[in-house]
Amino acid sequence: MTTSLNPASSAGAVTAAAALALGDDALVLSHRLGEWAGHAPVLEEEVALANIALDLLGQARVLLSLVGDEDELAYLREERAFRNVQLVEQPNGDFAHTIARQLYFSTYQRLLYGRLAGTDGPLAGLAAKAVKEVAYHQDHAEQWTVRLGDGTAESHDRMQRACDALWRHTGEMFQPVDGIDIDWPEMEASWTSSVSAVLERATLTVPEGPRTGAWSAGAGRQGLHTEPFGRMLAEMQHLHRSHPGASW
Amino acid sequence: MATAAAHQAARTQAAHATSDATGTASGQEPGTAAYQTAFDTAVAAEERIEPRDWMPDAYRATLVRQIAQHAHSEIIGMQPEANWITRAPSLRRKAILMAKVQDEAGHGLYLYSAAETLGTGRDELLDKLHSGRQKYSSIFNYPTLTWADVGAIGWLVDGAAITNQVPLCRCSYGPYARAMVRICKEESFHQRQGYELLLALSRGTEAQHAMAQDAVDRWWWPSLMMFGPPDDESSHSAQSMEWKIKRHSNDELRQRFVDICVPQAESLGLTLPDPDLVWNEERGQHDFGAIDWTEFWEVLKGNGPCNEQRITQRRQAHDEGAWVREAAAAHAAKHSEAKHSGGQDSGANGKATA
Repeated sequence: MTTSLNPASSAGAVTAAAALALGDDALVLSHRLGEWAGHAPVLEEEVALANIALDLLGQARVLLSLVGDEDELAYLREERAFRNVQLVEQPNGDFAHTIARQLYFSTYQRLLYGRLAGTDGPLAGLAAKAVKEVAYHQDHAEQWTVRLGDGTAESHDRMQRACDALWRHTGEMFQPVDGIDIDWPEMEASWTSSVSAVLERATLTVPEGPRTGAWSAGAGRQGLHTEPFGRMLAEMQHLHRSHPGASW
Repeated sequence: MATAAAHQAARTQAAHATSDATGTASGQEPGTAAYQTAFDTAVAAEERIEPRDWMPDAYRATLVRQIAQHAHSEIIGMQPEANWITRAPSLRRKAILMAKVQDEAGHGLYLYSAAETLGTGRDELLDKLHSGRQKYSSIFNYPTLTWADVGAIGWLVDGAAITNQVPLCRCSYGPYARAMVRICKEESFHQRQGYELLLALSRGTEAQHAMAQDAVDRWWWPSLMMFGPPDDESSHSAQSMEWKIKRHSNDELRQRFVDICVPQAESLGLTLPDPDLVWNEERGQHDFGAIDWTEFWEVLKGNGPCNEQRITQRRQAHDEGAWVREAAAAHAAKHSEAKHSGGQDSGANGKATA
């Protein structure tokens, strides 16, 4: 493991920490969406989910490359070294769970990249490109949230359950990340109002319950993850780790 | 064809082809024989048959069968490759593989649309796939056991598919021919990526090289089977060639594929698992060993290594997605009712489960 997060200057280190956090988010969610291939409820969603997964993987590759070698970072770190939020590592569950996770996360990403694009920091260029992609992801998630919430009784129940189940993992997204200088409480307020409006259109209830605390939220950025994550990494890293030093 | 629209279209086509191709006096009421003549003339003149044109029932049925089987193959074909998405050994390879599987879903969509121009529906075709009444390419009943299989599929399976499909870009049925133009472009890209993947393995470590060779050993013969049974056992071939749906015989295409692959295998630094494979100076082509047709027919009958698994996963995805499709339909119906409420009594009610 020769990965170094140690760009010489402290400004570099701060940028690396931010890039790693956002890169891990995108990498891990992309992986989860890739698990849908061949299992989607309708062909159009095979295309859409793969498309979103590809966008996210593209973002991850750019971000991780700012930190070090993308493959070393993806394949040779262990669970405790990943900095993604717990939300993105949550298993796909049914289609409603996947959509709820997409709604929560794409709204966050759009707000975050929108703000980053307006700064003159080192992530501004990437953010300006990525915000166009995540606007599409958010649109896709919102449309499905409304379709499922305001569809049949069964889809309404499933969508509500999914929103409730993932709610506890939403608070962690607003913990300040080193190197990202934005007004986090203001962003959280925007997120809450955006998501609430969609849930209302979908005839769903905004969930209640805790959104902070080490185990319910907030610890992913410190490398404290949920159980399914280790298994996901085992699958993702197995082949690469089986052939040390090989090129592919 | 019993519809008034089809009848009208047939008449238009017949009149069009008659005046164009034969110059006989127009104005007389053409019977089926005249439609048939017009159709034959159009096909002979390499004109494209379009959805509203008259066509023989058997031509329509053959096309529905072939296009549907082609669409099903794209959809089932996602599975053996998707099997490796979560284990791809580098982020670059993972992105390439995801994009490829996404393309395949897209190809499935084009092809179902092409089939729908013939008066069938996607739901009906999927139902036939799920119940085993329509087939998909036998190649996808083989398992992807190592990462190198992803490369072997790209190089050999996509290579065979392209050899088969490029002539379909000139197929007599317009919508199918146009779908094939788009599909073949993407397929050749996939094929090059597969070749490049194998090349990286072949030139990599000893273990990687062995992995590549093993994959080629397992995929070579099934790829040759993709061209279908030998010419003397191919029941639909003669008619399809007459209709210009098909341009070359199974054996011709298979030979062309072998001749293309031999030098490619050499430059890959890999061998093909056929001791009888040898250049025949006289024919200017390669001779190659006998295909195990027993295996071919067994796989076709459903007894291949993954037939059960593939169809079960497909059915499962469809069944588990039923509530999602119902929700979308219910939401669309509500939405359209809301849009029309206050206006005329719309026909949207009761469409929720359509």
